[in-house]
Amino acid sequence: MASAGRGVTAPGNSLGRSRPRYGETAVKVLLLAAALVSIATTVGIVGALIEPTIKFFGEVSVFEFFASTDWAPLFSPPAFGVIPVVTNTLIITLIAILVAVPLGLAAAIYLSEYATARVRKALKPILEVLAGIPTVALGFFALTLVSPFVRSWWPFPMEAKNGLVAGLIVGMMIIPIVASLSEDAMSAVPGGLREGAYALGSSRMIVSLRVVFPAALSGIIAAVILAISRAAGETMIVVIAAGSNPTFTVNPGKEMPTMASFIAQAGSGDLPVGSIAYDTIFAVGSLLFALTFAMNFISARFVRRFREVYE
Amino acid sequence: MSSQPHVTIHQPEVPRNLAALDPVFTVQGLDVFYGDYKAVRDVDLTIGRKEITAMIGPSGCGKSTVLRCFNRMNDLIPGARIDGKILYHDEDLYGDHVDPIEVRRRIGMVFQKPNPFPKSIYDNIAYGPRVNGHKRGDLDSVVERALTQAALWDEVKDKLKASALSLSGGQQQRLCIARAIAVQPEVILMDEPCSALDPIATTKIEDLMQELAKDYTIVIVTHNMQQAARVSDRTAFFTAEVDEAGVRHGRLVEFDETNRIFTNPADKRTEDYITGRFG
Ligand SMILES: Nc1ncnc2c1ncn2[C@@H]1O[C@H](COP(=O)(O)OP(=O)(O)O)[C@@H](O)[C@H]1O
Ligand SMILES: [Mg+2]
Repeated sequence: MASAGRGVTAPGNSLGRSRPRYGETAVKVLLLAAALVSIATTVGIVGALIEPTIKFFGEVSVFEFFASTDWAPLFSPPAFGVIPVVTNTLIITLIAILVAVPLGLAAAIYLSEYATARVRKALKPILEVLAGIPTVALGFFALTLVSPFVRSWWPFPMEAKNGLVAGLIVGMMIIPIVASLSEDAMSAVPGGLREGAYALGSSRMIVSLRVVFPAALSGIIAAVILAISRAAGETMIVVIAAGSNPTFTVNPGKEMPTMASFIAQAGSGDLPVGSIAYDTIFAVGSLLFALTFAMNFISARFVRRFREVYE
Repeated sequence: MSSQPHVTIHQPEVPRNLAALDPVFTVQGLDVFYGDYKAVRDVDLTIGRKEITAMIGPSGCGKSTVLRCFNRMNDLIPGARIDGKILYHDEDLYGDHVDPIEVRRRIGMVFQKPNPFPKSIYDNIAYGPRVNGHKRGDLDSVVERALTQAALWDEVKDKLKASALSLSGGQQQRLCIARAIAVQPEVILMDEPCSALDPIATTKIEDLMQELAKDYTIVIVTHNMQQAARVSDRTAFFTAEVDEAGVRHGRLVEFDETNRIFTNPADKRTEDYITGRFG
């Protein structure tokens, strides 16, 4: 059957396929199915979000949702200004990135350019294990150990659950993502470029920062984008360490529930299906999805414009 | 192949006085190790100032290994080390006080595969001066001078901001030569600089080498005997030999004026190699 179109009518010494390769076809179908599952999941998520979101905006005006700074969807009377949880998400993500990018990149440069092969072989798996620590454990670590410590140093009033500590620990969580993927990108830079740079009298630091780093930039930015997405969507650490009382503030010493932590907290309560509070969860979910998607899209274009292509 | 070496012998218009060899490098009893493996054994060699010295020999005989000792490039390979001595002028190149980074500023290198940075043509040339603390002011003229010396200026002067990777292979290699020149080294080491290039690009690089030899000391590794014959003043012939313990080491067989190596070699192995009976 597979050979029907190939004209393998000539016997024996034909170059045509001698027998159909069913195994290969089966593998191809399986791989395609696997690829389709992830696409189908994405489509399914969007589909599931759309309907309740539309219903939500039937009852709450778009203007109130995006322009009001009062967020209390589960109280009565309810308030649906989403701005505080959006800004909280941005602030916690920003704190996390400020922690993770310098530390993660330093680790990546060390592993890729300074460490001997043996040290690298020992350290990289440890880094990847770090990425596997359950975030619920990190959340309690934040609340019980880090928060009291930070509060004792912080010069301003600080609540026990606060955005700063949550942001710091989310940052810790994403260090392995930044470090590991950036290290991959830097290790992939051809050795010839390094040799060329060393041969011009560059120190190791100069080679790392002026040749390897720019050449690996597109991969590094991809790593940072992935880390940002993970930070913006991080739930458990924020639920445990950032509290649930949303005020519109930029003070990270306050409680700072985010979009994701709101979804988790509201979703784990017993809201009646179809109620406006229930639909709020989906509206916030849609917004989080859209923001993450937009960020990925914009940064992908940004990367294409600024990367240094080495062949 | 015929038994006669059908190679053209390079005749400089004004023959340099090769008798008066003014040493830049003096290699004495050099062994080079990769870990426990002695890749090169007991090499004695002198590189003359503003001459072109060619290193030829079959693949794996240690030509690159020796070349990369001259700018301490082998320091970057874990486990690589040397025994013996290399003098740069009168200074021990491997002395305790010597900074390999400073060495590489004085002794430039061009590689087999052109390796321009994925930056603009301008930034490639400016890289060396910049990392060596060159003041911003006259960088443009440094770039122009280096590109002119590398016979590339006319081809690229209108697209200095274009990516170096948009150039052809031969242009990329001349760019790499210009990049090396821009830090004003005394010596330029070249490791098979033409082996990835077509014949026309190769001719351009060979002409360029002749031109550069007026100002620079050049050491070139090549597996192409004709090229060694065409461009070099002196030739070092290496080969790999198996010692009593059965281990292969690179050895220097013969070192002499190129002219003599190709017309009247002293060693039978050299003669066999250049006449194509071996290698
Ligand atoms: N980085 C290295 N590690 C271990 N052995 C090496 C390394 N580089 C070269 N060698 C060995 O040293 C010998 C000489 O190599 P090389 O100098 O590259 O020869 P050539 O340039 O003459 O072809 C070869 O046997 C090669 O396998
Ligand atoms: Mg070689």
